[in-house]
Amino acid sequence: MFNQQLLALIKKEFTLEFRQKASLGGILVYVVATIFISALSFNKIIVPEVWNALFWIIFLFSAITICGKSFTKESGGAALNNYVLYKPLTFFTSKLIYNFIFLLSISLVTLFFYSWFVGYLINNFALFILVLTLACLGFSAILTLMSAIASKADNNYTMMSILSFPVLIPVLILALRVSRQAIDGLAWSVSADFLLILISVNTICIVLSILLFPYLWRA
Amino acid sequence: MKNWYKIASIILILYTVIFGMLGAVPRLPILNETIRNLYYHVPLWWAMMFQMGISLFYSAKFLKGENKQDERFAYNAALVGILLSIPGLITGSLWARYTWGTWWTFQDPKLNGVAIGILIYLIYFILRASIIQETARARVSSVFNIFAFVMFMLFIMVFPRLTDSLHPGNGGNPAFGKYDLDNNMRLIFYSAVIGWMCFSGWLLNILNRISLIKSKIDD
Repeated sequence: MFNQQLLALIKKEFTLEFRQKASLGGILVYVVATIFISALSFNKIIVPEVWNALFWIIFLFSAITICGKSFTKESGGAALNNYVLYKPLTFFTSKLIYNFIFLLSISLVTLFFYSWFVGYLINNFALFILVLTLACLGFSAILTLMSAIASKADNNYTMMSILSFPVLIPVLILALRVSRQAIDGLAWSVSADFLLILISVNTICIVLSILLFPYLWRA
Repeated sequence: MKNWYKIASIILILYTVIFGMLGAVPRLPILNETIRNLYYHVPLWWAMMFQMGISLFYSAKFLKGENKQDERFAYNAALVGILLSIPGLITGSLWARYTWGTWWTFQDPKLNGVAIGILIYLIYFILRASIIQETARARVSSVFNIFAFVMFMLFIMVFPRLTDSLHPGNGGNPAFGKYDLDNNMRLIFYSAVIGWMCFSGWLLNILNRISLIKSKIDD
């Protein structure tokens, strides 16, 4: 699976992304502006629950913005070209890996600015980063599939957000719970169960989306 | 005997309505007479999940066999499931009012789970309505239906067992079956479950026949 084609596809995604600096810059400004607004609205008096919830809400919205456009470029002639050239598995995995890397880097940027502007409350940093990585993985699996679905529907952008919100909630709730434990600085053993569940939910999401994508691909 | 389940649903539901109201029930604190709601509230949800399972089955069958009729059956089954969830919600809300003292609470993961589950299926209907091209619509909505079902099951079967829940059998609460159900109640309860499942099958049968006739007229 990790062949030349997959690497080339991922490289293509990055090249395209950096060539269009406006969209990358747009997402960065979007994240920073949201954080700045929340910093102004909450005025630095923030309790752990609110800090946690706010962070994940910002994360949720930026994730939908980032992954929502995965398949907008792949329409018409480009779609036919891809259909002839690549296997669905390779194509989907390349999108998934690209989305994961992109989402993870944006979420680290978010965490940096959020800690700077709103306040830094995390006691178990390693656990928080682990949860963030797992959440990015689950989110990218779900959102890549949902973006493929939305690209088939009219009114692409609205469809993307309404399709994604409810199906993202399982991962989001688990992430919220474990990250709360990371903020409180609880021991790893406390979070072990939830981490395990988060990993299994992620696995289910990834396997399901890989299994289901080929059917969308043919449509 | 082709229509056995229709007759069975009439007999069993009549039996549970009459004997559910007249039969002897154990007298328990807080629950009191509301324990009779077990015959109406729980079987409705079981029938709903049964229909969602049928919907999943037909969606998978469509993706495998590409028979358009299967996709319509999947849609009909989801429709029946959502229809059953409405009385399920109403009886649940009434029961909650007289035992927990509130019509609705956000503290209970099962309540949140069904709310999100209903949302997911409503989105499935919207998605299905928003794609005009028939083949694409069938394929895309089947893919979403399968994904939605798995997320819904995670929500209503797995999550309530992780956290505190007011529902019996979840979050360390003892299930009804362990202490409270006597044999008389069990008989009525399982009759109700089978009765409502048969009833939902009947509804599905009617809807399926309507869509078969419609597709014949269109051709």
